[in-house]
Amino acid sequence: MTGEIGQLALCLALALALVQAGAGLWGARAATSTSLDLPRQVARMSAFGFFAFIALAFGALTFGFVTSDFSILLVAQNSHTLKPLIYKISGVWGNHEGSMLLWVLVLAIYSAVMALAVRGGARLTSAALGVEGLLAAAFVLFILFTSNPFRRLDPMPFQGEGLNPLLQDPGLAMHPPMLYLGYVGLSATFAYAAAALITQETGSHWARAARPFMLVAWIALTLGITLGSWWAYYVLGWGGFWFWDPVENAALMPWLVATALIHSTLATERTGAFRSWTLLLAIAAFSMSLIGTFLVRSGVLASVHSFANDPQRGEYILVLLGLAIGGALALFAWRAPGIEEGTSFEPASRETLLLLNNVFLTASAATVFLGTLYPLLLDAVTGTRISVGPPYFAITFTPIFIALLLLVPLGPRLAWRKGDLAGALKLLAPGAGLALLAAIVIFAIHAPHMLAAAGAFALAGWLMGASVVDFRERWKARAVGVQSFASVLAHAGLGISLLGIVGTTLWRSEALEVLAPGQSMQVADTQLRFDGVTPRQGPNYFADRATLEVIRNGKQIATITPEKRSYPAEGQAITDTSIRTNGFSDLYVALGDDRGGGRWTVRAYVNPLAPFIWFGGAIMALGGLASLWGRLRPNAVRTAAAE
Amino acid sequence: MMRAAMLAALMILFAQASFAQTRPDALVDPRLETRAVELQKELRCLVCQGQSLDESSAPLAADLRHFIRARIAAGQSNDQIKQELVARYGDVILMQPPLDPETYLLWFGPFLVLFLCGSVFAVVVARARKNSRRQD
Repeated sequence: MTGEIGQLALCLALALALVQAGAGLWGARAATSTSLDLPRQVARMSAFGFFAFIALAFGALTFGFVTSDFSILLVAQNSHTLKPLIYKISGVWGNHEGSMLLWVLVLAIYSAVMALAVRGGARLTSAALGVEGLLAAAFVLFILFTSNPFRRLDPMPFQGEGLNPLLQDPGLAMHPPMLYLGYVGLSATFAYAAAALITQETGSHWARAARPFMLVAWIALTLGITLGSWWAYYVLGWGGFWFWDPVENAALMPWLVATALIHSTLATERTGAFRSWTLLLAIAAFSMSLIGTFLVRSGVLASVHSFANDPQRGEYILVLLGLAIGGALALFAWRAPGIEEGTSFEPASRETLLLLNNVFLTASAATVFLGTLYPLLLDAVTGTRISVGPPYFAITFTPIFIALLLLVPLGPRLAWRKGDLAGALKLLAPGAGLALLAAIVIFAIHAPHMLAAAGAFALAGWLMGASVVDFRERWKARAVGVQSFASVLAHAGLGISLLGIVGTTLWRSEALEVLAPGQSMQVADTQLRFDGVTPRQGPNYFADRATLEVIRNGKQIATITPEKRSYPAEGQAITDTSIRTNGFSDLYVALGDDRGGGRWTVRAYVNPLAPFIWFGGAIMALGGLASLWGRLRPNAVRTAAAE
Repeated sequence: MMRAAMLAALMILFAQASFAQTRPDALVDPRLETRAVELQKELRCLVCQGQSLDESSAPLAADLRHFIRARIAAGQSNDQIKQELVARYGDVILMQPPLDPETYLLWFGPFLVLFLCGSVFAVVVARARKNSRRQD
């Protein structure tokens, strides 16, 4: 029964999305009378209704998963009665169909909030709801025709096939919802930008209306990427935290463009500068989301050829992508000449720095875009297969991003329109001092061949020192409120993450040994004594649990228990690593293969400063939250002035 | 906080000096082993997504790690070994794509975009400056 309820709810939601699109766009027409009030209200009501029906469909699917209703094909393929409840629920989005339904649910939430808030005036909201309705309809159609989560299975099996054990993890249960909150949040920004173009109200109020949505999206993307990287770190068993894998890049591209967008919007809101550029960025940011969705959801990444064998989903998204991006760009090209750009500022001003931020972020995003899509295109066009791995990004992305990081501290210190460059540099002297000190210390202990290391630490010192200066200056003007600390937090988080990345890349120690019970191994300053492996049974897996004593300076300080788990229902095995952290450095131990006779391979790492990577990500997100805080209070104009 | 981090870093560094990495199948000569690790970081595991030979736990990756060590022990240079692997598996095994006409766009694209954005930046700033001076 639940399957039919879900199916019906999806169909009704589709109808409402179409009504929302039609009424919203109709209500966007300029009119002096109140005759357009009705379509506008219809669009708003449809948005609420759409949310209700999508929530019902999502609830029905979740109910199917929780009650292990194996008459639903998707549940049978992705669930199992023995799975813990949290993974039955996260199993809803641990597969293609369910994750697309989650995508649409998040879209419905944003739509409903847009309808509730009516930001930026009735016409703009109406048009934005219309555009959002079009997107909603397109995605519900995609689900109904190519990815129906409610397909039945007859006869119904007694047991499900279970969920990929790698996904049975609290980090990964949270990761997709967070990432989608980011991806889809950019659809709201996109809708407002398109609405501004449609209604020709391209001043700064669309940006003000869209700002909270882009901040929520940016915060969610930041946290989503941080969570994903943390998950990869502790699950994949060798301590890496970023792989330049296409799936990661798919999330990084929208993040880079969204970061550019939240910066350029500052100028658009405050002085009306860069109007057309900000509109274009809003379109580009959501385009990146769509491209990311295409990459991850079409199967094109596994192989261009597997995509060609089962092209239905990929082709649909590709068409959708073309229509959304092409349509928005055409709209932009049509309206752009009419956009008034009253831009006037001195070269030494915050506007200039925000523009430079956008130059480098755009180039970084283009680099990730090329590195991710070029191998696919090359294979499709010429049949030549190449790999674009970390060395490529080290040569292209890294220098561009370093140039950006060098400039980060300068922005907040320059005034709008006309700033004082010499004064700003004088203020930032402590930051430069810290950078110099870091460089000298690292240079001294690492000898000259580690010039790059000295430079990297100097950069981290520069960012963090400058954040302290930023904090001091903002504190003087603290009457404005929490939001004025947004840049302090976001930029400091960047420095902290950088410190973590550099520290763990440079100073990681690794040891791989085969140990018999009673034997020890050494990694950095830590000794690990292997006390053997005992079997253990989990709710839906069997585990071999190793016990190792951690000994430092002759003293036993802890016991750790890395495991190898095998999941009989899924027929897969994973490593469950043990990580012991003191906040500054991780001891990371993974259990390898059984070598017979009680001997096991043990992999151990000491990753200095690794926790900073994710800690920095969380601080960056806090910065976004601080900015959002000010937007949601009534005196938003004063807020805009504060940043 | 910085000082604590530095201190932690220093301690780790000194500890590191007295300790060398080990692997069950490591080459005896540590310089050769370093070369082997370097090489396996530059090569891709062909059966898994996005991992290098260094990181992968796939059987094929283990075989290739053995292959690399055997060739290094036999006195071949890293480039020779790479060439042999490329001949067998194609460019796809290299983590760093080669620079040839097919990849010019890949390699120069980022800097081309940077240049274009930089040019637009210069024009916009120059115009804004002119507007600003006119208002004064």
